[in-house]
Amino acid sequence: MAADSRPIKQKTFTNILDQYPAEKRYILAMMQDVQGEYKYLPREGMQMIAAYVDVPLSRVYSMATFYKAFSLVPKGRINFKVCDGTACHIKGSNIIIDQVYQYLGIRPGETTPDGEFSLETVNCLGACALAPAVVANEKVHPKVTSSGIIDIIKSYGGQINATSN
Amino acid sequence: MQPAINDDKRMILVCCGTGCLANGSMEVYRALQEQLATTEVQVETYTKSTGCNGWCEKGPLVKIMPDDITYCRVTAKDIPEIAAKTLQNGELINRLLYRDPKTKQRVKSHHEIDFYKKQHKVALRNIGEIDPASIEDYIQRDGYKALGKVLEMTPLQVIDEIIKSGLRGRGGGGFPTGQKWKACAAVDASTRYIICNGDEGDPGAFMDRSIMEGDPHTVIEGMIICAHAIGASSGFIYVRDEYSLAVKNLGIAINDARTRGYLGPQILGSQLSFDIEIVRGGGAFVCGEETALMASIEGNVGEPRDKYIYPTEKGLWGQPTIINNVETWANVPVIMNGGAPAFAAIGTEGSKGTKVFSLVGKVINTGLVEVPMGTTLREIIYGIGGGIPGGRKFKAVQTGGPSGGCIPADMLDLQVDFDNLTKAGSMMGSGGLIVMDEHTCMVEIARYYVNFLAGESCGKCAPCREGLKAMLEILTGICKGEGSEADLDFLREIGETMQIASLCALGKTAPNPVLSTLNYFRDEYLSHINEHHCPAGVCRDLTRFYIDVEPCTGCGLCAKNCPMDAISGDRKEPHVIDQDKCIQCGECRNQCKFDAVKAR
Repeated sequence: MAADSRPIKQKTFTNILDQYPAEKRYILAMMQDVQGEYKYLPREGMQMIAAYVDVPLSRVYSMATFYKAFSLVPKGRINFKVCDGTACHIKGSNIIIDQVYQYLGIRPGETTPDGEFSLETVNCLGACALAPAVVANEKVHPKVTSSGIIDIIKSYGGQINATSN
Repeated sequence: MQPAINDDKRMILVCCGTGCLANGSMEVYRALQEQLATTEVQVETYTKSTGCNGWCEKGPLVKIMPDDITYCRVTAKDIPEIAAKTLQNGELINRLLYRDPKTKQRVKSHHEIDFYKKQHKVALRNIGEIDPASIEDYIQRDGYKALGKVLEMTPLQVIDEIIKSGLRGRGGGGFPTGQKWKACAAVDASTRYIICNGDEGDPGAFMDRSIMEGDPHTVIEGMIICAHAIGASSGFIYVRDEYSLAVKNLGIAINDARTRGYLGPQILGSQLSFDIEIVRGGGAFVCGEETALMASIEGNVGEPRDKYIYPTEKGLWGQPTIINNVETWANVPVIMNGGAPAFAAIGTEGSKGTKVFSLVGKVINTGLVEVPMGTTLREIIYGIGGGIPGGRKFKAVQTGGPSGGCIPADMLDLQVDFDNLTKAGSMMGSGGLIVMDEHTCMVEIARYYVNFLAGESCGKCAPCREGLKAMLEILTGICKGEGSEADLDFLREIGETMQIASLCALGKTAPNPVLSTLNYFRDEYLSHINEHHCPAGVCRDLTRFYIDVEPCTGCGLCAKNCPMDAISGDRKEPHVIDQDKCIQCGECRNQCKFDAVKAR
């Protein structure tokens, strides 16, 4: 389990849902707030929303899987967001993504089994002058190189295995 | 116009746009506030955090007024010196000033720098000059003046003025804004809606974000003017949830506008009642398409629908709806203030006004630039952007986001406007300009865009869903050296089918990156196919890096930066790459100052 994952509490959901009228046009906003609280969208949250708005769970689920912003699995203690916008891409973001896989064994959307690290790609951070950029939780690492990402992983306590290739 | 300050007062503006924030401008801003709170400075000082100044490459930027000093790449450590020297004594700190690469001289004011001198700011007029969270700042720079004027006019007069200005939608389509409003106003209905499309999804484009973050009131004022023109009572701003600063600043701006009576019932004592709600998007690229966006606001999955009936007739919840892009809205108050003729005097025959571009990629001055329509690509990339770093050769510029096209070097003198870009096989899109040099592989870049679009295609219609998947498979094969010449014909066939048969603009334009690179860079495709060679040295299966002994000075920079420890050699002797260890990341080539690392 991820180190920062919090116990699922019904009260948390109720607090969020109470801010919105029980109309289906607020489903997206409710899901965003739940995810903001837990860093992912727990099944219990989707069930609460479905019951509150009075739609089938499948409907909430279809939205949760359609919109890219949502994750149905918990994120790691350190969540790496590698920007794969065009500017970052032509400056080598794909190599950074490969390096993370090489050293941590995770691909975009995945979390390490110990819950320490997760990886996702984002389409554009709007920080193209810093390309390629990697965000670890909130901290932006600018102009990351293929060797620089190794140092970044280490700085967050990642074990670098020399068993590459 | 700068805020009125006397000689004994100084205004310090810290750029807190996304680029500068990522570079640590918030620490600079806090350090500045602390410094001014704890130390005695003889002049009166005001600090402001502003929106994006555009010149992200040199951020964090700090401007000092009225002296008109611009400091680049400021860190929190520089603050005590700035306070002691510049604020106290008006003394310049040379090392923080921009150094003109041509004249080698330090430059004091941003107005003297080519990057700014050659721009013409309309939509971005306030950004970097005002505190986005302050409605007073906006009002001081003629904000809400246009609204006062508009409320004295009839709706038809307003629409007429917008038509005469020649304003076309800045979100990509380029549809004449005034005609859209006119069509919507003509429909018989009791309820009409207004939407601001702030679901900027193009990777490498951040102008809308910059406007929403840096000058939210101009968007709001534009929407209120439209509400009067078409008779709408509610509006929505659909903005990406990831743009947290934009969401925050828009929220503050809407509240302030309500308090001042610019939003709500009977605006400024008139008959007009209008209010705005923020809807946060869920990060689906297709939601930038207007019908998908409306489906999303309604609380559905964001799938587009066929547009045999336009949103101006049946849009949000089946009611006539005007949907315009952020930058379009930002132009509206300017047109109403200065009059249509003044706006129409800028630009080309078919495209009036200015356009904001995000100039990124392999270019020296990365940032946001605003130029009159009709400016050449050369002027933007070399005049404003400062050219290609490292003295490398320009290869192409990609315009229009993922579904735009790549324009080659021999078309650098193309005058950029809606029609010329379309003729060149690309499009304006939202205004991304991604500069590519000789180390960018055009096949791989086509694969990248197709991969992006395949992931973002909503899957509703077969041509887009299946076409992208098939193109991705073929392009991935070519990048691995597994392609054949017949693949190229097949790619074209799929692309042309998608252009005709897809449901929405995403699918119709998705083949552009493939077709335009096939048109202009066919040789590069053929090298991959016939010679199993990637001329740019990007496709890793087709690339081997080696060190040319002639230029190699043995400085060891490549070895130091190699993540695999694959490079060895004695100091001051030519180095060698161990091919068994090399992962073809190309870092050695990026680092080499002597152009000694070559790709084969």
